[in-house]
Amino acid sequence: MFDGFTAETLARIQFAFTISFHIIFPAFSIGLASFLALLNAMWLKTRDHTYLALFDYWKRIFAVVFGMGVVSGIVMSYQFGTNWAVFSDKTGPILGPMMAYEVMSAFFLEAGFLGIMLFGRERVGNGLHMFATLMVAIGTLMSATWILAVNSWMQTPAGFVIGDNGQFLPQDWWQIVFNPSFPYRLTHMVLAAYLTTSFVVAGVAAWHLLRGRDGPVTRRMFSMAMWMIVITAPLQIFAGDSHGLNTLEYQPAKISAMEGHYQSHPDGAPLILFGIPNPAEKRIDYAVEIPKLSSLILKHSLNAPLDGLDKVPDDEEPPVTVLFWSFRIMVGLGFAMLGVGLWSLWRRWQGNLYGDHWLQRAAVMMGPAGFVAVLAGWITTEVGRQPYTVYGLLRTSESLSPIAAPAVGASLLAFIIVYFFVFGAGTFYILRLMAKGADGDGNTHDKGPLRVAVMESVKAQPGE
Amino acid sequence: MEFDLAFIWAGIIAFAVLTYVILDGFDLGVGILFPMSRDSGERGVMMNTIAPVWDGNETWLVLGGGGLFAVFPLAYSVIMPALYMPIILMLLALVFRGVAFEYRWRTERWRKVWDCAFFGGSLVAGFMQGVALGALVQGIKVVGRAYAGGWWDWLSPFSVLTGIAVLAGYALLGATWLNYKTTGELQRKMRRLARPLAAATLGFIGIVSALTPFLDPVYFQRWFNLPGSLFSVVVPSLVALAAWQLWKGLKHGDDLRPFLAALSLFILGFIGIGISFYPHIVPPSLTIWQAAAPDSSLSFTLVGTVVLIPMILAYTAYAYWVFRGKVRAGEGYH
Repeated sequence: MFDGFTAETLARIQFAFTISFHIIFPAFSIGLASFLALLNAMWLKTRDHTYLALFDYWKRIFAVVFGMGVVSGIVMSYQFGTNWAVFSDKTGPILGPMMAYEVMSAFFLEAGFLGIMLFGRERVGNGLHMFATLMVAIGTLMSATWILAVNSWMQTPAGFVIGDNGQFLPQDWWQIVFNPSFPYRLTHMVLAAYLTTSFVVAGVAAWHLLRGRDGPVTRRMFSMAMWMIVITAPLQIFAGDSHGLNTLEYQPAKISAMEGHYQSHPDGAPLILFGIPNPAEKRIDYAVEIPKLSSLILKHSLNAPLDGLDKVPDDEEPPVTVLFWSFRIMVGLGFAMLGVGLWSLWRRWQGNLYGDHWLQRAAVMMGPAGFVAVLAGWITTEVGRQPYTVYGLLRTSESLSPIAAPAVGASLLAFIIVYFFVFGAGTFYILRLMAKGADGDGNTHDKGPLRVAVMESVKAQPGE
Repeated sequence: MEFDLAFIWAGIIAFAVLTYVILDGFDLGVGILFPMSRDSGERGVMMNTIAPVWDGNETWLVLGGGGLFAVFPLAYSVIMPALYMPIILMLLALVFRGVAFEYRWRTERWRKVWDCAFFGGSLVAGFMQGVALGALVQGIKVVGRAYAGGWWDWLSPFSVLTGIAVLAGYALLGATWLNYKTTGELQRKMRRLARPLAAATLGFIGIVSALTPFLDPVYFQRWFNLPGSLFSVVVPSLVALAAWQLWKGLKHGDDLRPFLAALSLFILGFIGIGISFYPHIVPPSLTIWQAAAPDSSLSFTLVGTVVLIPMILAYTAYAYWVFRGKVRAGEGYH
C-alpha cells in the first residue's frame, strides 16, 4: 500500500497522523476539566442544582474523552524513540527531563485523582471531591505547560551547547524551559483549548434548544459557553497576533510561508487574503491583497520592509501551500468565533439570548470549529518548522530511526485502521451522550457505571 | 561525596518499571481472565475492581518511557527501534483495552465487541511486554550510537517463552487480585484458577532462570561468582518462601495473602533480572554510565523526582484506600 514511500516520509506521516488524533482529545479535555471544576465549585457555593446536573452531564463525556486522550498519549511517549531515535539520542538530555516532569507533575496527578472525581463523591465527601476535581484540572494545565515547553524549545532552541557526541547538552534550564516562543505558544494553546470546549458546549446546548428541549440546565449551559466565548475569542486573537510577532522574530521563513510572501517587499508588504500558491513559479496566483497591511500588522508601520522567501535558501524553506491554507483556516475560524461571541452579546443585551434560532444554528455549525482551528494551527506551526526538527540545527531527515520502510509502513497502516475504528466508535458514543437532553429527558435509560452514582449524589444532597 | 547519578537513576527507573509491572500486571491480568466469566454482570464486577485505578497504573509505563528518554536517552533510542514491532503492537493493544473501560458501558449491542477488545488488548499487551523483555535479555546489536540489527531480531524461541511466562504471571496476579476484591462464586472461581496459574508461573520462572545464564557467559559469571552467587542462593529461597505462602493462602481461603505472595514472586523475578543485567542497561553493549545523559540533566530531573515520586505514591495509595474493600455485583462504585 505504501510502495514508493521512503522510511522518512512514512515516519513523518505516522507521527503527523498519531499526534493529530491525539491533540484533539487534550484540546477538549483541558477545557472540559476546568469547566467541570468551575461547575462543581458553583454547585457547592450556590447549591443550585442546575450546576450539579451540568457537572454530571459533562463528567460522562469527559470520562470517554479522557480515556481516548490517555491511550493515544501513551503512543506518543514511545514514538519519539521508535521512529525518531537519532532525534531522541541528541535531544534527550534537554527534552527528556521536561517530558519526565510532565509525567510526574501532570499525568500522575490527573490519573490519581480522576477515579475519585468520577466515582468518589460519596466516598470522600464534597470537599475532597472538589479537591480531586481541581487536581485533575490543574493536571491538564501542567501537562500543557511542559509539553509546550518541549515543543517551543524545538521551535526556538535556547540554553544549550552541542557536545562532542552530537548531543544537545543543557546549560541553563531557565532558558531552556522559558525559551523565546514558550509563553506565547502556551497562552495560545490554553486559550484554544478553552475556546474549543466552549464551542462544543455551546453547540450541544444550541442543538437541544433548537429541538425544543428548553430548560434551566440547557439555558445555563448555553449562557456559560457564550460568556466564555465572548471573553476568550478576543483574547485569543490578541494572543495569536503576539505569537505571530514572536515567530517573525525567530522563524521569519515560517511567517513568509504563512503570508504567501515569496518575494521581499522593501517598502511595505501587502496582506494576501486569498490566492492559489504556485510553488513551481514561486508566486501566489489570483492573489486578493490589501496593500501595505501585512507590514502594518507585523511591523506596525505601512512602509516597513518585509523579507520574503527569496531570502531563504530553497532547502531551508517550509512547504508554502500547506502553511498558506492552514493559517487562513485558523484565522478565518478565529474571526468567525469572535463573530458568534459578539452576536450572543448583542442578543443577551436585548434579553433574547435563548430565542434566536439563527444564533443557535450558528452555534451548532461552529460546534466542531475549535478542533479544526486547533489542528490548522498545529499544522501551521509544525509544518512551518520544516525541514528541521530542532529549528535551524537538526534536520528532520537526520532525525530518523534505522527502521526499514516496510516496518514503518505496516505500523502506519495498523495505526490508521485502529485509530479510525477505536476513536470513531468513541466519537459515536460521545455524540450519543450529547444527544441526550441535559434537562432530564432520556437520561434514565443510561446504564453506565456513573448513572447510579449520579442519582445517589443528587439524592444525598440536603434540600433535595 | 560524589553521587553516582547514573546509578541512582538506574535504581529509580528500575523502581518505575517494577511498579508498572506489578500494578498494570494485575489489571492486565484481569483482562486476560475476562473470558473465564461468561456472565456480563460478573465481567462488570471484574472490570470495576480496577476501573478507578487503571489509568494511574498505566502512567508508570509512561514514566518508564519518558524517564528513559530523560536520563538514558541513548538506551531509549537504541531499545525502541530494536523492539519496534513488539512496542507498536503493545501500544495498539493498550489502546483497545484502555477505551474498553468506558466504551463497554456505552453500548449494549457492541458490549461483546469491547469485552473482546479488553481481553485481546490485555493479552497482546502482556505478551508483547514479555517478548520485549526476552529480546532485551538476549541482547541488542549496537554500532556507534544506533541500533544495528534487523526488524525481526526480537523474535526468538526465548522471547516467545518469556512472552508466555509474563502472561502466566499477569494472569496469576489478576486471579489473586480478584480473589482479594470480589466475593461469592466469582471469588471461588478465581481461587481455583490461581493454583494452576501459580504452578505455571513458577515453572516458567524456573525455565527462564535456568536458560538465562547460558544466553551469555557474562550472565553466567554474574550468577555463579561472588558476590552474585550469594543471590543465587538467596533469591531462589525467597521464591520458594513466596510460593509456599501463596499455596497456604489459597488453601486457607485468605483474601489478601495470595495476592501479596504473587506480588513477591514478581518482585523477586525482577531482582533476578536486575542481577543478570547490572551494570548494563542494553545488554551486551551499553552500561548505565555509557547511556546516561549528562549530569546537568540527571540532577535537574532528580531534584523534582525526589519530591514528586513520594507525593505520587502517597496519593496513589490514597486512591486505593478510597476504593478499598470488596466490589459486589450491581454495586461497583454506584
